[in-house]
Amino acid sequence: MQRFRLLKDKILSKLMLVLTLASVSVVLVVGIGLYYKSIPVLDKLSWWTLLSSSDWKPMKGLFGFFPFIMGTLWVTAIAIIIALPLCLLTSFYITEYAPSRIRKILVPFVNLLSGIPPVIFGVWGVLFIIPLIQNHIAPHFVEFSTGYSVLAGGIVLAVMIFPLIVSIVCEVLNTIPRELKDASLSLGATKWETIKKVSFRKAKPGIIAATVLAISRAFGETIAVLMVCGNNAVSPHSVFDPGYPLPALIANNYGEMLSIPMYESALMFAALLLFIIIFLFNIISRVILARLERRLAI
Amino acid sequence: MIRRKIEENFFRILMVLATVIVAGSFFLIVGTIFYKGVPFMNLDMITKIPGGGFYIGKEGGVLNAIVGSMYIAGGATVLGLLISVPVAIYINMYLGGKSALANSLRIAFDVLFGIPSIVYGAFGFLIMVYFGIKASLLGGIVAVTLLVIPILVRTLDEVIRTVPHELRDASLSLGATRWEMSKVILRQIRPGIFTAILLSFGRAIGDVASVLFTAGFSDNIPTSLHQPAATLPLAIFFQLGSPVEEVQGRAYASALILTIVVLIITILSSMLSKRFSKNKIQ
Repeated sequence: MQRFRLLKDKILSKLMLVLTLASVSVVLVVGIGLYYKSIPVLDKLSWWTLLSSSDWKPMKGLFGFFPFIMGTLWVTAIAIIIALPLCLLTSFYITEYAPSRIRKILVPFVNLLSGIPPVIFGVWGVLFIIPLIQNHIAPHFVEFSTGYSVLAGGIVLAVMIFPLIVSIVCEVLNTIPRELKDASLSLGATKWETIKKVSFRKAKPGIIAATVLAISRAFGETIAVLMVCGNNAVSPHSVFDPGYPLPALIANNYGEMLSIPMYESALMFAALLLFIIIFLFNIISRVILARLERRLAI
Repeated sequence: MIRRKIEENFFRILMVLATVIVAGSFFLIVGTIFYKGVPFMNLDMITKIPGGGFYIGKEGGVLNAIVGSMYIAGGATVLGLLISVPVAIYINMYLGGKSALANSLRIAFDVLFGIPSIVYGAFGFLIMVYFGIKASLLGGIVAVTLLVIPILVRTLDEVIRTVPHELRDASLSLGATRWEMSKVILRQIRPGIFTAILLSFGRAIGDVASVLFTAGFSDNIPTSLHQPAATLPLAIFFQLGSPVEEVQGRAYASALILTIVVLIITILSSMLSKRFSKNKIQ
């Protein structure tokens, strides 16, 4: 009996180890699989050409990803510029100012927002943001805009990353020792001065980590951006120009990709590109956050 | 002194404004969806599959997409659970939960969580091409399972960590093996498992990019794993692209259905986790 129980424990332990390793190694397998599939296009064109050329003519075998990379960068930059200040102020308000009664109401809404699926954000973008830009914002700056622009993509993405940034920054702010803030306040600093000179400085690594995570989330977001960005394969020059981010390119063209040679390989290269960037960004921010957590546990 | 007071008040107002915008965006989104979706909502939408001429505005509903989404989200959550419960137990019970290896595994799952669904979708598509599987329910379930495993593992891991160490020590001191101890812990975290299931289901039902390549689309309710399946988010996406007003209206109504389903799931899961933290042994 004793031996049987020990044996059962041992077998199950090995089984779980296998499952753990298998599910973690998905990262590796995804990377290798995508790389393997992009070899044909990498054989023909160099990394540099693929990344810096603007020629997108799949029928002629020309794959320049520059416009798509620029589209992604524009949309992400706009989203971060909008979301970061708003989220920082919100997090400071929730952790430092809000009475616990209001906090208890606020936090669930942030959670609810994070549960809304991307496609709903997309529908909202089409119904609300697009007309807003077309009729009320764009006319002040440019002669004509359909509303489908990198600005629309940026705004929708900004709302999508609100909950991510707010929840991480709030968590980081809550870990700052009370004594530090009390010391600053007792020296006569106002609450805002304490936030600016104590909390913000202390929370800086966490804020950076949250931002990097938000950037990588924005990079990979597909459907919501696809629905509002206009999808024009030209590098945008202003916020009212349409853009064509990388994930949208992959999602839009999978249907025809099997009929044109190299096309599949080129799209898999786009997926590989996304994967590499997001993988690196995620590792950086997760390591920062894990370190913060550990420092706190001691 | 006055300048500092002004600065304080200025930023206080700014913070309140920012909070109103962030929290208000939720109401704006849900409000827009309800406002546009309710007029097009009717019983047919949730009880009928698309009839002939559905996509030019004739009668029918999106039952095919609702059922397809349920199948995929349900299948992926069950499959994901079968994998992630052992993983979470292994990290916490067998690796001790605090070792360097356990922490690096946690980071690895966090990184997996960050990989966008379009990459999982593209990868799922590669696997399917490799094994010669056509776009089907099975393909969709596999791709979405990859997507939900990190969510399940990290949620379960957090829950297991809240179980007091005394409970483990007690069962170990009675001569239990690590597996027998794990069974005790599993019973203790049962509500937490439900939270994880709801979170994963909510994520799975709303995701488009992973099923776009893998699940295909069909006007019928799939009867086997090898048939293509429609999903609700994809149905919304396709219908919204239509120039016919009736069909666009159905997209709004479908969006309304999805929003309600997801909101119910999110609220249930947060209620559950609150209850769970109340019952926690201190």
